[in-house]
Amino acid sequence: MIKRRPGRRLGTALLMIVLTTLTIALSGCSSDKTGDDSSTLTVGIPQDIDSLDPHYATGAGTKEVLFNVFEGLVKPDKDGNLNPAVASEYTVSDDHTVYTFTLRDGIKFHDGSAVTVEDIKYSIDRNRGADGSEPLISAFSKITDVNIVDDKHVEIVLAEADSDFIAQLTVAIIPANNQTPETTPIGTGPYKYVSSSPQENVIMTRFDDYWGQKAYIKDVTFKVEANADAIVMDLNGGSIDMFPRLTSNQVAQLSEEFQVYEGTMNLVQALYINNAEKPFDDVRVRQALCYAIDRQEIMDYVSDGDGTAIGSAMFPSYAKYFLPELNDTYTKDIDKAKELLAEAGYPDGFEFTITVPSNYTQHVDTAQVLSEELKAIGVTAKIQEVEWNTWLSDVYSDRKYQSTVIGVDASTLSASSLLARYVSDAGRNFVNFNSADYDAAYKSAVETSDDAAKTEFYKECERILSKEAASVYIQDLPEYVALNKKYTGYEFYPLYVQDISLIKPVE
Amino acid sequence: MNKSQFKRNLRDNPYLLAGMIIIGLVLLMIIVGLFWTPYDTTAMNASEKLQGISLRHIMGTDNMGRDVFSRVMYGSRITLLIAIGTVFIGAGLGTIIGAVTGYFGGMLDEVVMRVVDALFAFPSILLALVIVSVFGTGWIQLLISLGIAFMPSFARIVRGEVLRCKNMDYVENARLQGVSNLRMIFVHILPNIKGVLASSILIGFNNAVLAEAGLSYLGVGSQPPYASLGKMLSDAQQYMFTTPSYVLCPGIVIVLMVLGFAFLGEGISRWK
Repeated sequence: MIKRRPGRRLGTALLMIVLTTLTIALSGCSSDKTGDDSSTLTVGIPQDIDSLDPHYATGAGTKEVLFNVFEGLVKPDKDGNLNPAVASEYTVSDDHTVYTFTLRDGIKFHDGSAVTVEDIKYSIDRNRGADGSEPLISAFSKITDVNIVDDKHVEIVLAEADSDFIAQLTVAIIPANNQTPETTPIGTGPYKYVSSSPQENVIMTRFDDYWGQKAYIKDVTFKVEANADAIVMDLNGGSIDMFPRLTSNQVAQLSEEFQVYEGTMNLVQALYINNAEKPFDDVRVRQALCYAIDRQEIMDYVSDGDGTAIGSAMFPSYAKYFLPELNDTYTKDIDKAKELLAEAGYPDGFEFTITVPSNYTQHVDTAQVLSEELKAIGVTAKIQEVEWNTWLSDVYSDRKYQSTVIGVDASTLSASSLLARYVSDAGRNFVNFNSADYDAAYKSAVETSDDAAKTEFYKECERILSKEAASVYIQDLPEYVALNKKYTGYEFYPLYVQDISLIKPVE
Repeated sequence: MNKSQFKRNLRDNPYLLAGMIIIGLVLLMIIVGLFWTPYDTTAMNASEKLQGISLRHIMGTDNMGRDVFSRVMYGSRITLLIAIGTVFIGAGLGTIIGAVTGYFGGMLDEVVMRVVDALFAFPSILLALVIVSVFGTGWIQLLISLGIAFMPSFARIVRGEVLRCKNMDYVENARLQGVSNLRMIFVHILPNIKGVLASSILIGFNNAVLAEAGLSYLGVGSQPPYASLGKMLSDAQQYMFTTPSYVLCPGIVIVLMVLGFAFLGEGISRWK
């Protein structure tokens, strides 16, 4: 009897161990079955967010993320229509100067408070610089008044007629009482902001009180993938589920687990030239550069021949405004290019620097091909890779550069969003383009209310840009989006945005 | 030392022999690359993108159809230059600081060595990144920043050796003869620690090659279209599975360079 007791104890202990193990193991099984795992999504983004305040954000890569958090009075959809969002409907006066919006019933901010007409007035006023500061959106400078009609209606009064103005009103509506929009962003979009850490990630969660179609995926993390070389590894390794902008070579290396969506990036990729800088202040020098390059060759190197050639500051998705014939304004002609350079006083060519943000592989690759092509006309292009924030401050804000390769996106569904920056005194005119003809044509386009005439003026603007060689326009890059096959529903927008709310788990 | 003795010594010292052969080969490649490369290092060719090893391109081609061998010949030059420059700056500054503080000691020694300790505590790659982000990218900035980052380790080694030597009889002897302090440091003590210094310089050389590769990998090194070996490695990474030759070739050259200098360092420290 005494001898058997330790054995029994051992048996009990063993039984306990087995039971405990089973409990743990089986509880593991049960949580697997609920499938909670697939309602989170990790999206890779190529650079960090430059500002969480939607009105101060400048980078296209920032706006595409914030699109999920903020909404304007109207909101673009995947087909390029503008649908009412914060406003449930709107009317435009016959002379296109007064836009009246009706606030959507029951719409709430992420903090639970109701959206009021004061919030709308505050957001518009903030962007137009109603307190006397520089307007954040140059098109908003023509707003004379934002009037609160009653607690459901707001009217925006313009100084001059603009039939396109509705496209500008996608600007985010934010609460007037939020003192710190930079650190606690509050919007009305399908996702609400949770947290972010610099150079690492931005985390969002589904907004369950959203007025429209609620998002499918609950938790979304935008993970900064600053090292372009690690993207494929991170996708295949499973640390990110989706990456919006892959190169064709990266696509070739993806595992079977990914579905690849093909579209265009809706960017005007160009060798942007600082028109105020010598020798580029001479139109002949700029034209010579245009004659020296071969767009198809660039596309062959950079994206295996995919991509769409462009000849002016307009991409093909805006079919209404796009002029395919401008692609042929300059076809590769080395002799002609040399002739123009000689006329301009540079028979032996010259040397200049291309400043490119190092995180965009396509732009760095394009710069390398350009540098090689320009050798044929005796022009030496040195490449300087810079970090994204340095690019933003030196090139985009301070305009201290000679040339750069970058893609410019459209912030609204109107031709003006691409063309406004070339007006001589525009705040975003980082190429320092200066042409009286252009300013006149653009002014006419904005003032005309007849749609056909307006489109014609915008096309005239494009022709001037092409003729004056404001920059060396190259292509609209092909876009490959990789999405793990656990999810589906990705849609391309004619704008530079990622609409995460459309993505849903398979099953 | 006469010729046969030298040969015998070399035979007893396989490290030195191997190091000399490997570094000789690398140097030969670099020197030939100064005058001739099989292809233009930046010439692109759309029809020959990402080819493997062949007779036409003995190291294959990259994603722009450029000849990898030509680019390796050019890239080794940049890498070697940066490594030499880094060690020159790092060992030069480090030796002066280490010798002076070690010899004089006292308050100066305390203060300077604590500053050096602080530098040491800073990760060298991070330090280099800070310097590069302040002064801009380019290989000269890279060279200076790596040099400063490498300085503390040399300062410490030299200081330690000087401390060991400064109370030895020959130093005392020289001091009795009225030799000045500077002459004492640089003419009497330094030649006696050259063995330790030489091998640490060669180890530093290896670290410099690797640090340059690491920094180029982060995109702050040489600017395209020219690429150092580290930069090539980083560019090649995304083609690792489709065109392995592109990543292997520059990688092997880096390995050879590091191995060569490591052998050389080992060989010199064993030299009798």
